[in-house]
Amino acid sequence: MSVTTVVLAGVGGQGTILAGDVLAKVAVAEGHDVKLSEVHGMAQRGGSVDTVVRFGETVHSPVVDPGVADHLIAFELIEAARSLRFLRPGGRLVVNRRLVAPLPVLIGDLPEPGDLEPALAAEGAIFLDAEALACEAGSPRSANIVLLGAASYGLPFAAETWRRIIAERVPPKTVEGNLRAFQLGSEACAEGVCEL
Amino acid sequence: MAPILMSGNEAIARGAWEAGVAVGVGYPGTPSTEVLENLVGYESVLCEWAPNEKVAAEVAGGVSFGGRRALVTMKHVGLNVAADPLFTQAYTGVTGGLVYLVADDPGMHSSQNEQDTRNLAAAAHVPVFEPSDSQEALEFMREAFTVSERFDVPVIVRMTTRVSHAKSLVDVGERSEVPPVPYAKNTQKYVMMPGMARLRRVDLDARLATLTEYARECPANRVEMRDPSLGIVTSGISYQYVREALPEASILKLGFTHPLSDDLILDFTSRVERVAVAEELGPYLSLRLQVLGVEQVETGLPAIGELSPVTIGRAFGSVVPPVRATIPDLPPRPPLLCPGCPHRGVFHALGKMHAVVTGDIGCYTLAALAPLKAMDSCVCMGASIGMSHGAALAGVDSGPVVAVIGDSTFAHSGMTGLLHMAYSRSAGTVVVLDNRTTAMTGHQGNPVSGVAIGGGAAPAVDLEALARALGAGAVRTVDPHDLAATLEVLKEEAAADHLSVVIAKAPCALITRDHKDPYAVDEEACTKCGACVRLGCPAISRDENGRAVIDTSLCVGCAQCVQVCRFDAIVQVGPSCDFGGAS
Ligand SMILES: Cc1ncc(C[n+]2csc(CCOP(=O)(O)OP(=O)(O)O)c2C)c(N)n1
Repeated sequence: MSVTTVVLAGVGGQGTILAGDVLAKVAVAEGHDVKLSEVHGMAQRGGSVDTVVRFGETVHSPVVDPGVADHLIAFELIEAARSLRFLRPGGRLVVNRRLVAPLPVLIGDLPEPGDLEPALAAEGAIFLDAEALACEAGSPRSANIVLLGAASYGLPFAAETWRRIIAERVPPKTVEGNLRAFQLGSEACAEGVCEL
Repeated sequence: MAPILMSGNEAIARGAWEAGVAVGVGYPGTPSTEVLENLVGYESVLCEWAPNEKVAAEVAGGVSFGGRRALVTMKHVGLNVAADPLFTQAYTGVTGGLVYLVADDPGMHSSQNEQDTRNLAAAAHVPVFEPSDSQEALEFMREAFTVSERFDVPVIVRMTTRVSHAKSLVDVGERSEVPPVPYAKNTQKYVMMPGMARLRRVDLDARLATLTEYARECPANRVEMRDPSLGIVTSGISYQYVREALPEASILKLGFTHPLSDDLILDFTSRVERVAVAEELGPYLSLRLQVLGVEQVETGLPAIGELSPVTIGRAFGSVVPPVRATIPDLPPRPPLLCPGCPHRGVFHALGKMHAVVTGDIGCYTLAALAPLKAMDSCVCMGASIGMSHGAALAGVDSGPVVAVIGDSTFAHSGMTGLLHMAYSRSAGTVVVLDNRTTAMTGHQGNPVSGVAIGGGAAPAVDLEALARALGAGAVRTVDPHDLAATLEVLKEEAAADHLSVVIAKAPCALITRDHKDPYAVDEEACTKCGACVRLGCPAISRDENGRAVIDTSLCVGCAQCVQVCRFDAIVQVGPSCDFGGAS
């Protein structure tokens, strides 16, 4: 397969769009053709959001179909389970151990989903606590960059490129914290190579 | 210069700028909004948000009439509003190039309906370009201005959500300065009364005929001959899906889709054994092939929603990739009103009143969902007001009928409805949710908020004076975070025998910097009654024992929940260092 597909799945407001933007720019910097797709608008008000980044020699479609993604980076447990359909068998699955209950659950209209971790573990998930690592990096709002670090282990890009693009893309005052966050994320998930 | 990663909308803005556009004007609407938000960042272009698409299209028409190039932007439903000027601008033609950027939303990611702008364009007799990625968005935009002036006609560039919001690499160019055309009075061309319009109608057909010639040679249309056993006619994002799904297929890739060149189509279809059409929405291209008597493969591709590489591959017998077993019983995650949203206070009151709420379009439409469930209709921008008047005429009396409309929506198309209610001696009630912004589409300024397109100050209309001038018998402003006051005023005005306008005024929680310390629940005092939970605030949930808990990292201290708690169980606490969502 000459095109690699990465899906970043999360909840509106979790920073998947910025993470997707960084990833896409890293792929461009490394000489790939790239397409990125995201949905703006209504869904951003706390709904489910998927950002898709595809890179390779020539990329046609910006969207992902079920069974096509090589990497699924889930920012939240329920969204991990929901977006699992996109990940092909053998793909790399990184899951943040955070649960953001949707409103129907918050208000008691629907029951809490059961413990999703065993089901995700059975699918080969590599778990991490992105928020805790972000705090450890001294940058509590950089959980999305921690998750990029976790994604980076499975992707064919130089650490230097990642660091340069992150530094360009985040607010100047937060560069150091974000770079630490990236480092912690990649160390936490130094396992699980995507089978080609 | 190295290629740049750009969204389709960014590339459209760039293309318009390179084409020497003098003015960009539009009304926000997903997925078109970022075009103008980007264009405003370029030098030598004046940009404006108009109160609605019809005004925007007329302003752009005026710029063209005045001899400069103009871009007008909108989403698909915006073209319904702007259809009136468009249909006659097709007759008058242009002086400076006039281009409409219209973004369709197959799959209704952020829209109340699905429309194919190509059909409206055909009805209006205007040409259409359809880019399939960001590079084409830029190039077609430049070509659209050339075509507009060369053929004396407004041109539509039709985008769809995936083309507007997907990013891909773009080679950019430089700006061509286009000198203004000096004004010259020309009533035969620009005064469309019947005698002149009849002549322009005939002329329009002649222009369309030359455009059909152009379609034959247009650089946006191309034939890609590969395996001749299957030929696909396609346009827009569907082209990308076909390339991915059927790499061997021959393709007629149409970037200029109105008027179509029958010669070009027949030439292609005669060179391949089997012909199929791949298009979203439609049938548009496939209808033309049918008219031409071209036999098409029955693909079964849906005319509703979006296509994808796998949908197209499946239609032609490709192997569908295996998928993993799904994890069952996942709760859906609908979008919701933010913590501290001022709209919540109004819908809480309307729920208590068992009002029949004719709603409108904006963030507040989310109040139709559980737990507030306080909206009974939502049709199109401005409809809340006419709907409430009509419902009253029909004798609806299961509760007070109340129209609810956002500030931007009121300026867009609510004012005329209110004028009609006054004129018709209505004693109805209209609530204007004045959150000081156009929130749903990403916080654009509007004539009520007094914020201009670049974020600078603009004159703000006096909403109370405006409502009075339109004929409201009573105009009252309330703070929607004050639940008791809001309920009282709404009850009084719903019962009154005059036309009332209630302005619920408090800034959107995402634009105000005036956040207070968060609240927390006193476990001892909480009786698990659930009153606070029923506000539908994402910061409030129940713990495993049924007690309310407030996520202090989300709470912005609006205190609406404090007012519904009868047990004083919700107390203010200091700021926490809990994890927030990253941004
Ligand atoms: C004719 C038309 N144009 C544009 C839109 C896109 N649109 C949906 S809601 C909205 C703005 C709503 O703003 P406002 O009324 O102030 O409510 P808020 O979102 O701020 O609560 C817009 C522009 C549309 N649906 N229809």
